[in-house]
Amino acid sequence: MTSPTTDSVEGAPAVPRRRSAVRARWLAVLRTPVGAGAGLLLALVLLLAVFAPLLWSDRAETFDTGSVLQGASADHWVGTDNLGRDLFYRVLVATRLSIGLALMATSIAVVIGLVLGTAPLLLGRRAGRLVTAGVNIAVAFPGLLLALFFAVVFGVGMTGAVLAIGFAGAPAFARLTHTLAAGIAERDFVAAARIAGVGRTRLLLRHVLPNIGEPLVVNATIGAGGALLAFAGLSFLGLGVQAPSYDWGRLLQDGLSGIYIHPEAALAPGVAIVVAGLAFNLFGEAVAKGIGLTATVGGGFGPAAGRSPDRVSAAPTDDGRPATDPGRAEGRPVLDVQDLSVSFPGPNGPVRPVRGVSFRIGRGEAVGVVGESGSGKSLTALAIARLVERPGVVDAGRLEFMGTDVLAGSDRSHRRLLGTAFAMVFQDPMTSFNPTRRIGRQLAEVAEQHQGMNRRQAFGRAVDRLRSVRVPAAERRAHQYPHEFSGGMRQRAMIGMGLMGEPSLIVADEPTTALDVTVQRQVLDLLESVRAADDVALLLISHDVAVVGQVCDRVLVMYAGRVVEDLPAAELRTGARHPYTRALVATVPDMHVDLDQPLPTIPGRPVDPASQPPGCAYAPRCPLASARCVEEDPALADDGAGRRVACWHAGEIGTDTDVPGAAPVALTSGERA
Amino acid sequence: MTSTSAERGATAAHRGVAAALDGPWPRFAARRVGRLVVSLWVLVTASFLMIHLIPGDPVRSALGPTAPAALVSARRESLGLDDALVVQYLHFLSGLFTGDLGTSLTSQLPVSQVIAQRLPSTVQLAVLAFGVAFALAVPIGVGMGVLTRGGRARGRELAFSSSSVVLGAIPEFLLGVGLVYLFAVELGWFPVAGRSDASSYVLPVLALSLGPAAALARIMRVEMLSVLQTDYVRTARAKRLPAPRIYLRHALPNALTSTITLGGLLLSALVAGTVLVENVFAWPGLGSTIVASILGKDYPVVQGIVLVYGAGVLLVNLAVDVALALLDPRSAIRES
Repeated sequence: MTSPTTDSVEGAPAVPRRRSAVRARWLAVLRTPVGAGAGLLLALVLLLAVFAPLLWSDRAETFDTGSVLQGASADHWVGTDNLGRDLFYRVLVATRLSIGLALMATSIAVVIGLVLGTAPLLLGRRAGRLVTAGVNIAVAFPGLLLALFFAVVFGVGMTGAVLAIGFAGAPAFARLTHTLAAGIAERDFVAAARIAGVGRTRLLLRHVLPNIGEPLVVNATIGAGGALLAFAGLSFLGLGVQAPSYDWGRLLQDGLSGIYIHPEAALAPGVAIVVAGLAFNLFGEAVAKGIGLTATVGGGFGPAAGRSPDRVSAAPTDDGRPATDPGRAEGRPVLDVQDLSVSFPGPNGPVRPVRGVSFRIGRGEAVGVVGESGSGKSLTALAIARLVERPGVVDAGRLEFMGTDVLAGSDRSHRRLLGTAFAMVFQDPMTSFNPTRRIGRQLAEVAEQHQGMNRRQAFGRAVDRLRSVRVPAAERRAHQYPHEFSGGMRQRAMIGMGLMGEPSLIVADEPTTALDVTVQRQVLDLLESVRAADDVALLLISHDVAVVGQVCDRVLVMYAGRVVEDLPAAELRTGARHPYTRALVATVPDMHVDLDQPLPTIPGRPVDPASQPPGCAYAPRCPLASARCVEEDPALADDGAGRRVACWHAGEIGTDTDVPGAAPVALTSGERA
Repeated sequence: MTSTSAERGATAAHRGVAAALDGPWPRFAARRVGRLVVSLWVLVTASFLMIHLIPGDPVRSALGPTAPAALVSARRESLGLDDALVVQYLHFLSGLFTGDLGTSLTSQLPVSQVIAQRLPSTVQLAVLAFGVAFALAVPIGVGMGVLTRGGRARGRELAFSSSSVVLGAIPEFLLGVGLVYLFAVELGWFPVAGRSDASSYVLPVLALSLGPAAALARIMRVEMLSVLQTDYVRTARAKRLPAPRIYLRHALPNALTSTITLGGLLLSALVAGTVLVENVFAWPGLGSTIVASILGKDYPVVQGIVLVYGAGVLLVNLAVDVALALLDPRSAIRES
């Protein structure tokens, strides 16, 4: 795998280091299969361009009136033309002219493009704008049309065609140069140089151009492929190379007229054009990809995706099954989750960010889930909602919603139940609505789909629901697009969307995190009033202990993919028995916090789900940790009164547990899980 | 203000339009029309200057070195080439507004008549190729996007990517030659060249559309993949909508916006591609005429056809922008 540290344009203008980095990058590209193949092909084409005329000019130009317009034979592999010349060698020899002309045209395009593209930096603002506007207009016209225009101006023939294709390619290069240069010109080191009094020209030559050289070269390579094809096109039309000179386009034109008698004459130069064009194109693309992709190589799920995920819930730490039934919901619970786990294939075997989570939610009950980012709380919500997509695999001993096993059977069979009785509110209202559809329609869709309403009825209900979540002027608002809504109003509309059916459960995944503090309260109030009005159960996921404490009856504390404590929300501050819960609570400042002291944080970092320790995952950060904690993972034990905790030292007061000392890593407050 | 009186006069049926005028649309339209006018002016001026940028005397080179001097000067005068450049320019502009594009140097026919004769078959070819390119690219791209999402069906993804790269890299005239060889010469299913019945359209339309279709399908797949990972598609899944509705009603319009942006460039290139394809298939359109006219140095005809092609490209670009604004209202705001 390529080194993930390099980045194409990021390099500061420290030239020697950059040069070796560039070389390393190009070499790395040559080691990829596509890069190697394309590089080899390109080398072959260039070698042919150099040597073919030296070796085979004679054979390509010898008249043989005895064998005119022949088909393929042992003597003439692709036959002969109307003067009996061997077409195979003519195609090989034509490589030089075809490639040479294409490269000349490309150079013209690059030079003019560089001049036009950097002109805005050198000239003043007004003149620069004029150049840019001109380039933008020219770029809108296809290259071939520009080439035809310039072919008329420069005259029919080889020189005219080189100039025409060069000029026609220039606007695209000008635009590219301008975009790249403008990007560099905004960087700090250029600004610094400018303040230091470096002149515009020097700035361009010393600071801007060296930093855009690489992408320009790559694009010039791809551009050379395009020029090759364009040249073949012009020659094919009779506007390029004229007899007795010949390039591939010219040969193609000659061959096409006799395609009935002997198609090889047209196909051979055609194949040559395609192969050479592909060689330039693919090589350029491979390099571009190699440069652009270095930062993303080495990502998690890619290479091992084919491996079948371990569906047997046999992970060593998986003893989260409670001894007795948790929860004290009267009657049948709305949601009953037993031993839920989620796994993803990873490079070293499956990674399990959620491990054996069990809980129940009763009718109208509000349950909060708290934990740091990466504790698996959002993924738990998605798994309950059956929204984890491949390659993720959800597994559970039991996953019942309203008494129905939603893990068994297809999505289709639970569509109606989940579509009407299960509502989901996502974290970011800015991105969770479809930007191309009106808000009202997005709500109405639910009723149309699951409640058998027609378009008008459904829209009427959508307006009614928007009103119920206090969206002002609901009728007018329903006709608007999401971008016309504020963030808070979108989140209310999202809740309204959940209310289109008759939900028994609302799962809200960080519903206030992306919102202003002032509207957070409104959204929470709305969730509470919905719950009170219709006896809807609520599963509120948040990293904000304070929010959960205010809204919920019960709190599940998650750490490293497991529930480590389950306790009434009212006891969060005083009755927490797990050291992690206490540490979380301690990080929340209240009115009595001494602002002269640094705010408390939890030392250390959350565990990487790819490498779970055998013992308690919190042990490395826990002030109470003993040898047993490191070796053995504590089960989530029920105390008989409905509280559950997974800790060998549950309830023990350590010397410094109440306020874990200030540590380098803070519990991130603005996190987006 | 005239706009207020216009709005007052609007009937109930037009109220929606009037409401739309309050939004970003007027600014979008103004900007877009402004850009179109400037581009058209550049195009007209460039095609006017073309004849004057040619080194030497265009009439002399058109009529050949053996033509008598009297004929050359008479033709120069009839073309107005001896007037001042500004006068010629104004004459050219006023001619454009009356549909007078000058006279062919070789056939003596009005250029507008030549264009009127040849334009329809070119437009047919281009429009059909447009349609076929989109009709192939969108379903294939969407289907491949859905099939290969989240790293599914890697084998199929590889086959699709490599074949579409190769197909997209073959220029239309070579594709035409290949198609002629395979389907006309070897299999004899379609005519080799010319325009006659419906079957004669198949190969030229395919030659023009396959390359853009391959490139578009690739873009479409990539866009589809990224759209399928967005929060709003997750929302749609959370609403338990049936899969076709999620893919076609929620994902597709969003994937299309980027596809159309990038596809617009391909499609305007397709307009120019007709020139080459018409010459492969001896198609009696503008493309074969312009090449013949360039070779025959019939500059007024070349000038006229360049104008038509340029205007066609501008029209396609405008259509793409409008389609984008309709599909994704935010793009209109970004514009203004």
